[in-house]
Amino acid sequence: MVQILSMYGPMLLAAMGQTLLLALCGLIFGSVLGIIFGLSSVVDNKISKTIAAIYVHIIRGVPMIVLAFFVFYGVPYGLKTIFGSKFTFTALQAGTVCLAVNCGAYMSEIIRAGIQAIDPGQMEAARSLGLSYWRSMFRVVLPQAIKNMIPSIVNQFIITLKDTSILSVIGFPELVNKAQNVIAITFKSFQTWSIVAVMYLVVILILQQVANMLERRLNRGRK
Amino acid sequence: MAENNVKIHVENLKKKFGNNDVLNGISVDIHLGEVVCVIGPSGSGKSTFLRCLNGLESASSGEILVGEHRINDKKTNINKVRENIGMVFQHFNLFANMNVIDNLMLAPVDLKKATKEEARETAMKLLETVGLADKAESFPSQLSGGQKQRVAIARALAMSPDIMLFDEPTSALDPEMVGEVLAVMKDLAKNGMTMVVVTHEMGFAREVADRVLFIDEGVVLEEGTPDEIFTNPKHPRTIDFLNKVL
Repeated sequence: MVQILSMYGPMLLAAMGQTLLLALCGLIFGSVLGIIFGLSSVVDNKISKTIAAIYVHIIRGVPMIVLAFFVFYGVPYGLKTIFGSKFTFTALQAGTVCLAVNCGAYMSEIIRAGIQAIDPGQMEAARSLGLSYWRSMFRVVLPQAIKNMIPSIVNQFIITLKDTSILSVIGFPELVNKAQNVIAITFKSFQTWSIVAVMYLVVILILQQVANMLERRLNRGRK
Repeated sequence: MAENNVKIHVENLKKKFGNNDVLNGISVDIHLGEVVCVIGPSGSGKSTFLRCLNGLESASSGEILVGEHRINDKKTNINKVRENIGMVFQHFNLFANMNVIDNLMLAPVDLKKATKEEARETAMKLLETVGLADKAESFPSQLSGGQKQRVAIARALAMSPDIMLFDEPTSALDPEMVGEVLAVMKDLAKNGMTMVVVTHEMGFAREVADRVLFIDEGVVLEEGTPDEIFTNPKHPRTIDFLNKVL
């Protein structure tokens, strides 16, 4: 164990950095997608609701590893066959797309449910005063909804962080991918996977603590 | 001419929810400064009628004019019209994420009707008139039902509307809190506010209303002064209803 840590520790730490980078990219774009599709599924518009529902259903119905292979290998091959293009993704780009699209689908469900859990009377009261739909949404409904959503959003962030490990299959040099390299050289799989597990655990515990602090701050002074 | 005094003109208003006919052709004129109480059994459509007046429900057919604005016309800027129509709900619907003063200030400030300072001043005055100046910094969850409803009335008044709609404002209150809310409404009526009040408070209707509408199954079955309706109802359905509630 000590030997692995001393020889490959820096490499594994760098790999954790890549994991965090990928997770961050996925989360940022995923949150944007989640907000867009989450709001699309609550507005009074059949077309936007349908599009959001289709998106969520497709992503929920496809395992992420399939999505990863599809985006990284399938899409460039398809483009080449149809248009003769030489387009390829880097592993980071493909990984970001996979994570973002995946995280976005689940986030949109969290946002939809969070908004729908707020008493419709809140929206009606705001509208009756002359506020537009979106103004009412941003000033009255969302501030209440977001507070309720935070635990689920944190949960989704953690899941997305762990999902980066799936992207080892397309060769992105994140933690699991690099751990496999270490094992290929040292054959010490028990020690290596133990170290990797603890590394994930520590990062996620820290994330959880930050989230708890944020939640406490948001709840302060309110009932 | 009396016509010039008409604030709300409703003609042959119909509303369907799916296959369910809720309003079956309501026509009524409400005049400046008039207090109209709408009574009738549950499910008769009286709340729906009220909600059509500010466009919270869209009418299936018919015409609603508030001032010169056609409510059920897509070209009407409904948000602009609503700034002049206050509404008070059965379940108060105070904004749970804001304290009392912010509840009152939100719309005037956001819609640029007043600066923050002006809005705060007006809000404090309104809270004083409803007897809740000391609750300005409280959150809705810390208030009693009667207090919440008085704040809700003050919030609607903060936009200085010229019409106030009340949707069963005392139905969700403990009996001992009904009085404080009705007192605020009586003051409003005395000061000449045009009011449409859907209510089960027959005492209030009798005392304050200029006119009472009895709605059943989506039509106005009978209308008249409180005296005509309460002491001398003509329609058998009205007689039956009043016998049950009085």
